[in-house]
Amino acid sequence: MSDGITKVTSHISPNEQLIFERSQQGRIGYRLPALDVEESPVNDLLPPHFQRDDDLEGMPEVSEVDVIRHFVRMSTWNYSIDLGMYPLGSCTMKYNSRLNERVARIPDFANVHPMTEEQDSQGALQVIYELEQHLAEITGLPGVSLQPAAGAHGEMTGIMIIRAFLDARDGEAASGRRTMLIPDSAHGTNPASAHLSGFSVKTIRSTSEGLTDLEHLRELCAHGEVAGLMLTNPNTLGLFERNIKQICDIVHEAGGLVYMDGANMNALVGIARPGDMGVDVIHLNLHKTFSTPHGGGGPGSGPCCCTKELEPFLPVPRIVKTDWSAGEPTFRLDYDRPKSIGRVKAFFGNYGMMLRALSYILTHGNDGLREATEAAVLNARYIADGLTSDYDKPFNSPPMHEVVFTDKRQSRKGVHTLDIAKRLIDYGFHPMTIYFPLIVQGAMLIEPTESVGRQELDQFIAAMRSIANEALEDPELVLNAPHSTRVGRLDEAAAARKPVLRWQK
Amino acid sequence: MANVPEDLHYSKDHEWVRVEGNEAIIGITDYAQNSLGDVVYVELPKAGDEFSASESFGSVESVKAVSEIFTPVSGVVTSINESLADEPESVNSDPYGAGWMVRMRMSSPGEVDSLLTAAEYEDFTKAESE
Amino acid sequence: MRYIPNSPEERKEMLEAIGLKSAEDLFDSIPQDLLLKRALNTPAALSEIELLSRFERMGRRNAAARRPSFLGGGAYAHYIPTIVDHILSRSEFFTAYTPYQPEISQGTLQTIFEFQTLVCQLTGMDLANASMYDGSTGLAEAVLMAERVTRRSKVIASSAVHPQYLEVVKTYVQHAGIDLELAAFDNDTGQSAAGLANAVDDQTAAIVVQSPNFFGCVEDVAALAEAAHAKGALLVVCLTEAMSLGLLKSPGACGADIVVAEGQSFGVPLSFGGPYVGLFATRDKYARQIPGRLVGEAYDKHGRRGFVLTLATREQHIRREKATSNICTNEGLIALAATVYLETMGRRGIQEVAHQCLQKAAYAARRIASIKGFSLPFSGPRFNEFVVRGPLDAGELLARLGKDKSIEGGIPLWRYFSDRPNDFLVCVTEINSRAEIDALVEGLSEVSNR
Repeated sequence: MSDGITKVTSHISPNEQLIFERSQQGRIGYRLPALDVEESPVNDLLPPHFQRDDDLEGMPEVSEVDVIRHFVRMSTWNYSIDLGMYPLGSCTMKYNSRLNERVARIPDFANVHPMTEEQDSQGALQVIYELEQHLAEITGLPGVSLQPAAGAHGEMTGIMIIRAFLDARDGEAASGRRTMLIPDSAHGTNPASAHLSGFSVKTIRSTSEGLTDLEHLRELCAHGEVAGLMLTNPNTLGLFERNIKQICDIVHEAGGLVYMDGANMNALVGIARPGDMGVDVIHLNLHKTFSTPHGGGGPGSGPCCCTKELEPFLPVPRIVKTDWSAGEPTFRLDYDRPKSIGRVKAFFGNYGMMLRALSYILTHGNDGLREATEAAVLNARYIADGLTSDYDKPFNSPPMHEVVFTDKRQSRKGVHTLDIAKRLIDYGFHPMTIYFPLIVQGAMLIEPTESVGRQELDQFIAAMRSIANEALEDPELVLNAPHSTRVGRLDEAAAARKPVLRWQK
Repeated sequence: MANVPEDLHYSKDHEWVRVEGNEAIIGITDYAQNSLGDVVYVELPKAGDEFSASESFGSVESVKAVSEIFTPVSGVVTSINESLADEPESVNSDPYGAGWMVRMRMSSPGEVDSLLTAAEYEDFTKAESE
Repeated sequence: MRYIPNSPEERKEMLEAIGLKSAEDLFDSIPQDLLLKRALNTPAALSEIELLSRFERMGRRNAAARRPSFLGGGAYAHYIPTIVDHILSRSEFFTAYTPYQPEISQGTLQTIFEFQTLVCQLTGMDLANASMYDGSTGLAEAVLMAERVTRRSKVIASSAVHPQYLEVVKTYVQHAGIDLELAAFDNDTGQSAAGLANAVDDQTAAIVVQSPNFFGCVEDVAALAEAAHAKGALLVVCLTEAMSLGLLKSPGACGADIVVAEGQSFGVPLSFGGPYVGLFATRDKYARQIPGRLVGEAYDKHGRRGFVLTLATREQHIRREKATSNICTNEGLIALAATVYLETMGRRGIQEVAHQCLQKAAYAARRIASIKGFSLPFSGPRFNEFVVRGPLDAGELLARLGKDKSIEGGIPLWRYFSDRPNDFLVCVTEINSRAEIDALVEGLSEVSNR
């Protein structure tokens, strides 16, 4: 047996090495057509000192079979939505339809070059235009740009739009308005995006009910330098900010704008619209609400939607409908937007995700979109109800699409949120989001989404209750979990102290 | 129970100060290292840098948290604990010894008197963890 | 709705079980006046058959998709081995989330570790992150990082960097207190290294150069590294055509401090500009200044090797407004595509593809330059792209070529360089056969002669 094998195993797959360790000199995984033009001496085309002289040493030499086995073996070490419930709060891990994948792979879309002239890429532009229209309707905010590549990127775009608007409105005076208000429960991307746009951050407290503290908001707004507020709604505790209209009014009266983090739109689609609440600008996560795959961490897509008033500030180019020809609308790219914040990404954004999201919207239809929202909220409420007897729920209000519990009861026995999460793996579930939001000690944020049936919800609830019981009767079992995985808990402290970030011979 | 040596001075930001003549040796307390968890990285100033009391002079990182560290007294850094670059874990294993962070020449040694005594610090941490 | 497991009947039972009467009750925390009291004005549901035919109909309006194409300029048509999409389509990869729970995410984590290693090998750098959104945003992040590292605020970029990349950098730095200056390129060679080297001073945080640059010309990166370092500035090297690394001296070997590249050439379809994948690599000493996720090696208590997300304290979920970037997600699935591609093509394949690109582009350039009325305005050495000057307005010429000959001949430069109305950018890769190149040459000759 080779060195990598530390225990007897029924199959080699748990010990799959790095590709670099598998590499054997001389193996080949590809074949190209023979070069069909006259070859010139390379040195005539490229001065020798511009050429590589390391022969790409260390890069793998493997056959196609090696590659397939390598990745298929590694894939078996992953949990995935297709395997089961993936209740990561704030991540909306819903079913990624195969139909959407098929749409994204239609050659007439997959093979369009982004620098193609408008007349030869009308279909591609039409998809962007139609998706923008639908997202405008869903959010109640008519100005839409699909350019941002992810949620945080959409946030940055939205906040830069606020900044550009204030600078245009207030001129020099805008330099006195550089404070962005952010609740203490917010995603970390919010303050980071605000900082990137040149704002300093002031934190708003949450009330004991888990909602934005209006008194504190008024107090902060009274200082006069408020550029805006970044608010997640439903917030990261899964609670709808029922004072949202009042919140928007307070910020508007103070001369600021309201940015909404749309990460939790899966609770609202077809039910209520941010534009109707007084929100000025929002980002959506196509990879959450509109089911484009998370892909092990991206690609995302973070459209930015805003009011008519803010539309001139959206990134360029914009896609505009110009006319009809042969029964079809025609589209062109508009670069002439002098107030625009500029471009946030080369080309048009994560286009493949737009195809999938449009496919999602058309497959559901308007009634299906609402039905999905209802089913998602129902599932979360069902879990909230099922776990209340065994876990501490820090807020009384009924949750929307996700619910937060804590380890308060279990920690008395030394069992903490991390341990509960790891033990859940042994029961065949992906853990929930843990230790977020930061304002809840030992937080466990559970978002089932609509893609889970009642039987599986019952199994999840039973697993969680069983773990609560184990925490009382056999805490060691929970503390040493997981027991069923290829590797146990990894020493993250040692990994961070002396980081090894690449393979080396 | 956290270890709180008698002969040191303490700040409410959980730093300790050991006075040696005109110099102060500074680190973080046992209580602080315990709530931070496994320390993986310590960012320290350079010798010669000048700080006034309660200014941030660096940070301590665990796997999933960063805490700023504040100097309890004013002065100029005369040396730093270079060994923390390779062994940040000594902040956990020996916070008052091998885990010391900086040595400063104090500009107003009187500031030490306004810091907490061991007994006061112990009461302070008890109140904080309740 | 077929994607929702619970039937309406089951949902009714569940509502009852939690003491609610109807689905409306689920939303009683939303004030009445905020509820949308009508159906969304979006289309009614389509069946699978209807949906596909609808997209296929729209797709047919993309005339360019089925034509032989010589478009590059930041997105490149290379051959993609069949197994890339096969592996990408495995549920275990594409329906997984960010690997926050390492025990059940080792497939994703080990893949990223291999990706980071491959990026280091290709760029010649010490360490690489788990990827950025794309090359353009990666470049913007590199500029911000250079400011963090040097504490200087002036950045000098070559005006031969991809114009859209420069636009993105401008957007990112507009509120960051960074002065972005552009250095001119040489009108004869198409290179900008000399202009950049002259502009650097001891206030400069970084020089930004793209090589091969937007015009396809290879820059003298090693000379620039020397010029930058002499003034204490960093050298940021950007690539839009990462395939050139199969042949060109690596930026790391030339002395670059930060390397960013668009990785789309490695097994990623054109897809109208995205999703692509940004490669981001730097030196060991800047490990704590790098944006984005990093995967590192770790061991469990039985000594088994695994991989974890590491050095996370740099990131926004911990350091919030003091983070090295606001980026949260990387381009996981696209990084996987690049990893599968690079491992399949391997050490030899990458070099062979690069060699074919070089040779075919040289052949095309020779032939086009010999057409009456056509010339190559830049003399600098090139990889697989080059600028052509035609006898008439390039937009008009290329539109004729598309319409009459069904060939996508190149990218007109007028949109970015208004003083170059007749110039266009041509790209040739291993997928362009000699017959296609010859058809391009004949087509150009014919449509320019009308």
